Amino acid sequence: MILRELSRQTLRSCLANGGVRLRTGPIVTCIRSRCDEVLNGLALLYADYPVEDEGSFADFHAAIAPPRSVRRWLRPQISFEFDGASPFFPLPADQAFAALEWGLNWCVSFHCHQYLIVHAACLERTGCALLLPGEPGSGKSTLCAGLVSRGWRLLSDELALLDFATGEAVPLPRPISLKNAAIDVIRAFAHDAVLSTPVHDTSKGSVAHMRAPLESVHRAGELARPRWIVLPKYRSDATTSLNPLSRGRAFMELADHAFNYDLHGRRGFDLLADIVSGCHCHTFEYSALDEAVTVFDTLSATA
Amino acid sequence: MSGENRALLLEALRDPAILGELDLKQWETLIREARRNNLLPRLAFDADALHLESRIPEQPREHLKAARAQAIAHAVAVKREVRFIDRALSTLGVPVVLLKGAAYLMGDLAAARGRLFSDVDILVPRSALAEVESALMLNGWTSLKTTPYDQRYYREWMHELPPLRHHTRQTVLDVHHAILPTTARLRPDSAKLLAASRPIPGEARLRVLAPVDMVLHSATHLFCNEDVGNSLRDLVDQDSLLRGFAGEEGFWATLAGRATELGLARPLFYGLRYARVVLATPVPASVLRAAERGRPPSLSLRLMDAAFLRMLRPGQLGQGSGAASLARGSLYLRAHWLRMPPLLLAYHLITKALRQEQAAVR
Repeated sequence: MILRELSRQTLRSCLANGGVRLRTGPIVTCIRSRCDEVLNGLALLYADYPVEDEGSFADFHAAIAPPRSVRRWLRPQISFEFDGASPFFPLPADQAFAALEWGLNWCVSFHCHQYLIVHAACLERTGCALLLPGEPGSGKSTLCAGLVSRGWRLLSDELALLDFATGEAVPLPRPISLKNAAIDVIRAFAHDAVLSTPVHDTSKGSVAHMRAPLESVHRAGELARPRWIVLPKYRSDATTSLNPLSRGRAFMELADHAFNYDLHGRRGFDLLADIVSGCHCHTFEYSALDEAVTVFDTLSATA
Repeated sequence: MSGENRALLLEALRDPAILGELDLKQWETLIREARRNNLLPRLAFDADALHLESRIPEQPREHLKAARAQAIAHAVAVKREVRFIDRALSTLGVPVVLLKGAAYLMGDLAAARGRLFSDVDILVPRSALAEVESALMLNGWTSLKTTPYDQRYYREWMHELPPLRHHTRQTVLDVHHAILPTTARLRPDSAKLLAASRPIPGEARLRVLAPVDMVLHSATHLFCNEDVGNSLRDLVDQDSLLRGFAGEEGFWATLAGRATELGLARPLFYGLRYARVVLATPVPASVLRAAERGRPPSLSLRLMDAAFLRMLRPGQLGQGSGAASLARGSLYLRAHWLRMPPLLLAYHLITKALRQEQAAVR
């Protein structure tokens, strides 16, 4: 069953009671919440995702709920809850859906150490994966949103899961998080993109989430071997330029951007070395998204 | 607690062989309970020891794999950290006794298996505190607590220095001069603990407590500590230590006597009682009889049973319900009660509450 097959009433009641068991790639999260923002966000951005029945195995149990303190009477707040504990400070109630997204990222990056997890966007074309590691503000998500609007398949916007056995990237297609100016850039660039209503004054500024393309959701079971590692950098007046990067530097960048490189020791080193040795590595500067897409089209022909 | 009224996690800790027979729904519950109690890596190692991998469904197997990787990395990191501490204190000529998790790990005890902990704890003579603190500061550790109130809290009333954090590695070290606060009702003599401590084979300076003292320390931790969320993990320590030392010559014969000598008969009584009730730890009848010396008045015991066993009911291990948080709250208060005289306790709790309020307003 997929989420859009649930009526709004059923979805609301599932969220309020036993929870909705949402499948994103290999992960099933049981989500509970009585917040309208969560209901609306899920209905809009996760409509085509599989929903598992109650007999299935949920990897994580997450909830968005008002914090248990007197402050809830002063200013409405919400808290991300994980098995009854609240790993983060409460946030203003209008950030409920964003908090869920951040919480779901936290679930994976804190627990799924069966993978090497790199803070990177990950996309696929012609059967090969592109890794875009980058700091927040590097323009990684904007570039990722631009590319998936022009035919690249989304594997993940934030968390590239690398499989130790095969060296492949495991898809975890979830909504793409767009911040501040990027929201309007993508609205102008991709007219049919579906975006959530922006919430303002979050710790990251204004935030909106873009729905993952349907094909990415349908093909979430198809792994892909990384072929390109590109370090993106958005600069407002940059001319589009793709420059070679040594494999050594690319290795260090992936290690620096990994959440759990330190945890895997030699195995982590071997996996990254194996991946990097099979990749073309570049740095990339851009300011115009259409030019950027052209560069990556050309790049994908070099597989 | 009868069988059907026991949480799945307790079943699995008592009899790890059931890990080969659980269905997916049971695994979902078990993983939540284990994660909440910091015991998932422990289950992973238990399953490995019994070669159950092929009988565990794929999804939970992935979680065990992740937990195992985390625990192995943790052990490597703690061993490295202990090396740094050892080196920083190498010129002092002071005995350095590792406590709790680090001691289990460096002493190669079964209690270390899959045990995650955040800080390293050491015990040094009170007379050496100043030189130990300055040696650590010269080597990059700095005090985590900077307010005058916190400094006073630790230095006057507690049994340890304010926690120290290494400025580049971000690791936290607790330097103790006793195993219970200066203000506590029970005050085991640290000189006796240090005198009985043993060298770790292959180590020049590092030591661990004698087996009986290690068990007694674990028992005091269980019942005088305000870190109530880790109660089950602490009880698992107690169980693993008792099982691990059971074969050591003189261990059972001296345990209860040592408890009386150190003024820790009460914690030992509780430690043995709950390890037996909850985890079915085997304890010789003669030791149980000797430990009766520490039996509290029956009303206290009933209250303690209610609070402690309540936390371990099914459904309470995986999430915070009203009754369980009440039980946790009363154990938290009790732990503080044992650590401080009433007026000081009131002062301390009010200071902490006001500070929390200020933090929330900010």
